[in-house]
Amino acid sequence: MKAVLLGATGGIGRALARRMAARGDQLFLLGRDEASCERSARDLEAWGASEPVGTARCDLLDPSSFAPALDQAAARLGSLDTAVVSAGIFGTQEALERDADLRHEMLTANFVGTIGFCEAVRPRLLATGDGTLCVFSSVAGDRARRPVTLYGAAKAGLSYYLAGLDARYRREGLRTVCVKPGFVHTAMTAGLRPPPFAAEPDAVARAVLRAIDAGRPVVYTPAIWRLVMLGIRMLPRAAMRRLEF
Amino acid sequence: MLGEDLEALTRDAVLTRGLGRAYGDAAMPPRPGAIVAGSRFADRVLALDEDRGILRAEAGASLARLSTLLLTRRLAVPVVPGTGFVTLGGMIAADVHGKNQHVAGTIGDHVLALRLRLADGQIVEVRPPEHETLLRATLGGMGLTGHILEVELRLDRIPSPWILEERETYGDLDGLLAALLRDSAAWPFTVSWTDALASGRSLGRGVVMRGRWARPDEAPAHDPPQGLQVAFPFDLPSWALQPLSGHAFNHLYRAAARVGARRRLAAPFAFFHPLDAIGAWNRAYGRRGFTQYQCVVPREVGTGPVAHVFEELQRRRVPCYLAVIKDFGRHGTGLLSFPRPGITVTLDLPLAGDETQQAVDALNQIVIAAGGRVYLAKDLLTRPEHFRSLEPRFDAFQAARRDLDPERRIHSALSVRLFGDDA
Repeated sequence: MKAVLLGATGGIGRALARRMAARGDQLFLLGRDEASCERSARDLEAWGASEPVGTARCDLLDPSSFAPALDQAAARLGSLDTAVVSAGIFGTQEALERDADLRHEMLTANFVGTIGFCEAVRPRLLATGDGTLCVFSSVAGDRARRPVTLYGAAKAGLSYYLAGLDARYRREGLRTVCVKPGFVHTAMTAGLRPPPFAAEPDAVARAVLRAIDAGRPVVYTPAIWRLVMLGIRMLPRAAMRRLEF
Repeated sequence: MLGEDLEALTRDAVLTRGLGRAYGDAAMPPRPGAIVAGSRFADRVLALDEDRGILRAEAGASLARLSTLLLTRRLAVPVVPGTGFVTLGGMIAADVHGKNQHVAGTIGDHVLALRLRLADGQIVEVRPPEHETLLRATLGGMGLTGHILEVELRLDRIPSPWILEERETYGDLDGLLAALLRDSAAWPFTVSWTDALASGRSLGRGVVMRGRWARPDEAPAHDPPQGLQVAFPFDLPSWALQPLSGHAFNHLYRAAARVGARRRLAAPFAFFHPLDAIGAWNRAYGRRGFTQYQCVVPREVGTGPVAHVFEELQRRRVPCYLAVIKDFGRHGTGLLSFPRPGITVTLDLPLAGDETQQAVDALNQIVIAAGGRVYLAKDLLTRPEHFRSLEPRFDAFQAARRDLDPERRIHSALSVRLFGDDA
């Protein structure tokens, strides 16, 4: 596998990249913090990446960084058959309501930026005739809930877009994998009270990698979230006004 | 505070902690609300030189995860403690020892360099012979000399990723200790488990375990299983701690040693970290939890103090059932390193308020009289006045700290309790 990863310096992305490295995939890292990308590149080489891992600056808030970063990745990898986007911005509902700048950044990075990046990488993946685009959305995008209305709105839009990509390009050889993690213990969720079924990044990464290999269009992880969200989607509006989950 | 950028996290922190698994208060904040940096997400390997056997990693990297990486490459961290759920930074701060202490010393004996954020915010690369004093203060310094950001270690090359293990049971303390010393003369890994509830003539009866890395011709071709098996899913009610279940626990273990193959191949994870195999095994101790107590008594004083420890526990009816006994070879190099030549005893103590405090006080009196030490990494209840008697080296450590951090910006619940720091 020749994969470009945006956001693999930390969290679930880091765990996923390590699993890919350990099985000998060729990797190229994109991220907004170049020093951190370099450190992660060395980490992935230690974990077994088959070639030296290259890096380039790429920032979801800066669309002009997409094309040059992907050019570098393609040049280094020769071709590109997989792209993984796990970068994003998180904020609690309270923080996002209070802080207009954070809100704007979150909405821009998680929706506009992520879709912009996907559009930039799509033709390259289509060109291989058998490409995979794996993007991290969230269970928060499945149903508007009180604690995640703003973050969930961006993720809902992203999930919608990814479903559209699947409908439009699957037959042409682009497999879209929309990842919907529940609560995962990472730096992003540090300090939040973990709900039931909270998971470790490595377990989630294992499920995501299986989904990538199988080309599954949607993966809930831990898998129980598929049922949880199925239930929540069926709740009446009146219940959603009270639900604190 | 948790995060992936440890350098940024430690800027305003009064302390850095790893996985938060310590039995005592070494990684607890000095007061509620004090900022403690959590290193567990800073776990990247920065360099792995397989030819020279050198590893450099961020301080939050856990031993369990590193081992999965290293064992397949026929490399091993040269000193590993009884749990794999420990970070490199935590291993340095406690200057941990393992089953090979009698030949390999402590982790500090294998450290090539550290990257440290000092109390004044400055970041230094500590690489002996430069900064020798700083390194010695940091080894076993319980994180009080600076925030450990990165660790560079010398690794062991191993012939196979399997351990060849033998077990033998002994009916009393003298037999057990004699066997332990005999085995340590010939084997790199030794330890013994003792039935802490046995009394009279069978006081100190237990199992001696000895091991070494298996040769390729002795080991299976495949790699051993790694990591966790099952998590202990719930807290046991506290009545489950009655001495009866302790008896059951020990009998079970002794039976395994008697009936099971005398010589067997073990996965390193199971051999080095037997209790980690049961995920959150600490929950078996109920909601009130437990602490540990580990002391070392000099070899010269004989086995008397070790026997006194068990007698004292039994007299007080402390429901302690697992005791680990191990011989130590040499002194650790840190100013406050725990190991010294002698016999070390580790006990699980269920927390039961004042009774536990009084038990620890009594044990400390025995250790003081014997000229021994207690292990700060596991200590929760030692009183400051006892600590002074136990640690003639304390003044030297405080002097080093005075130079490094005159305002004592870096402090912990432990340093408030034992070192006279203000919260």
